[in-house]
Amino acid sequence: MADATAATDRSLVGQLSRPASLALALPLVLLLGFAFVVPVAKLLAGSVFAPNLTAEHWLRIVQEPIFLRILLRTVQTAAIVTVLAFLLGYPVALVMSRQQGRGAMLIAACVLIPLWTSVLVRSYAWIVLLQRTGIINSALLNWGLIDQPLRLIYTEGAVIVAMTHVLLPYMILPIFSSLRSIPPELDRAARNLGAGPWTSFRMVTLPLSLPGVYAGAIMVFILSLGFYVTPALVGGPQNLTIATLIGQQTTELLNWPFAGALAGLLLAVTLGLVAVFRRVLSFGKAG
Amino acid sequence: MMSTISETGTAGALRSVPAPSRGHLSPDLGRWLLNGFVGLVLAFLLLPTLIVVPMSLGEASYIQFPPKGLTLKWYHAYFSDPDWMGATWFSLKTAFATAIGATVIGTLASFALVRGNLPGARALQALTLAPLIVPHIVLAVALYLVFAPIGLTGNFAGFAIANTMLSVPFVVLTISAALQRFDPALELAALSCGASRTQAFWHVVLPNIAPGVAAGAVFAFLASFDEATVAFFISGVEGKTITRKLFEDIDYNLTPVIAAASTVMVVVSLALMAGVEWLRSRSADRPVNSPK
Repeated sequence: MADATAATDRSLVGQLSRPASLALALPLVLLLGFAFVVPVAKLLAGSVFAPNLTAEHWLRIVQEPIFLRILLRTVQTAAIVTVLAFLLGYPVALVMSRQQGRGAMLIAACVLIPLWTSVLVRSYAWIVLLQRTGIINSALLNWGLIDQPLRLIYTEGAVIVAMTHVLLPYMILPIFSSLRSIPPELDRAARNLGAGPWTSFRMVTLPLSLPGVYAGAIMVFILSLGFYVTPALVGGPQNLTIATLIGQQTTELLNWPFAGALAGLLLAVTLGLVAVFRRVLSFGKAG
Repeated sequence: MMSTISETGTAGALRSVPAPSRGHLSPDLGRWLLNGFVGLVLAFLLLPTLIVVPMSLGEASYIQFPPKGLTLKWYHAYFSDPDWMGATWFSLKTAFATAIGATVIGTLASFALVRGNLPGARALQALTLAPLIVPHIVLAVALYLVFAPIGLTGNFAGFAIANTMLSVPFVVLTISAALQRFDPALELAALSCGASRTQAFWHVVLPNIAPGVAAGAVFAFLASFDEATVAFFISGVEGKTITRKLFEDIDYNLTPVIAAASTVMVVVSLALMAGVEWLRSRSADRPVNSPK
């Protein structure tokens, strides 16, 4: 319906002519061509033409157990982060969607302030918290709960906790917007028909909020698969993920063809997930 | 990972009759537990973000908690260190150029996408969003691969190009949305009163979508200012951003100067985002924009 009126309006105003449209879009096309398409294509091409056509670098990913382990760990970490973000984020989105006025503002601020803070700052904060002489270890020592500092930083657990913290807002916001779009009458109707709050939530609210859950889960999963900064700083060199492995191959080992193959794999998985779940990911609503 | 959350389809759940509630927690206790849990999660979200502020004010030169003494010496160290200042100005300059570049390019392209007659508009739209989806590590090494041989690493031009590419999706998204909300009848009125297309754009369309344009520009600025992964790879000894400098210092010498620099970054980001929220509330207040 809205489309129909837009179409008639457009025909009244008259679309821009084709040459004018092309001229307006040209700077964007040039920019994306030069700084996106060409670099990514060159990186990927380098993984199969080195200099002759070869699958060697791609095969290496699956042939050497260490790389398979890193890939597996990356997927596993991303899955754990996604599940944790869902478990922590859903209740926040639920309470936020039922608040009005000041309460809603307060929760929104708690969710948005971290989102607007640089990932580096937040990763640094986790280092401060988890270090040998960090806040958590000092507190535990002071309270006499431990006599030796625990090894918290540079572990897989540290990466998971820090990444969950960094990515949690990406889970909360889509769930919140899908909860907000559920008419409150539905919950009331279920309650009138004799459902308790938990039953009403389970039978009405939760199923209707699933599109938001899917969107948030895919977003968090994709972002954690390719995350570089937090694993690099909090995970250290022992806990490589595919992103930090790509970084290591290019900066330390200068193995560009292999880095290209790894980047190609990460890109393919990411784009594949986006293609499959395109319908739940409405980028138009982001930001 | 999906198995935990995809239990019932929407339709199936709605069709089934609610079972009589049995054996659940009392509503008050349930609500109390829920609110308590949410309070803890919000603390988990907020505290590590803001912890850099007290860390930047403590006396000790190593990480100490709770910080003892109150000093501004780390801020003094930050503001008097040419390396930190160089990186900060470099980031601000790049972000400023990115905001201008991405806003101009993004506004023009949004017009072509929303109002234009563009072959392959869908493909261009998908391509425009791609930098949001493609992992930054892939873009980072790809840009380094192409930029290094032609001297575009470690300098202003290379950063301006890379960050404009990374930020332009935010601009196209916000401005396309503003253009779609804008009633074309207003533009038609201007055109039928004798305005040229350019005049109609400057005097009618632009003032109406201005909050969207401004929001897009601020997003672009922030996306550039906060960007860490690509910046890590295309920085040089001379031209490096504050994020690259932070990265290096966190890795090699953890001093409270990092906390001071982090606090400065947080303040810049929050001030800008508060500005966006203000713009957004302003544009929401203006009913003339909405054709509904």
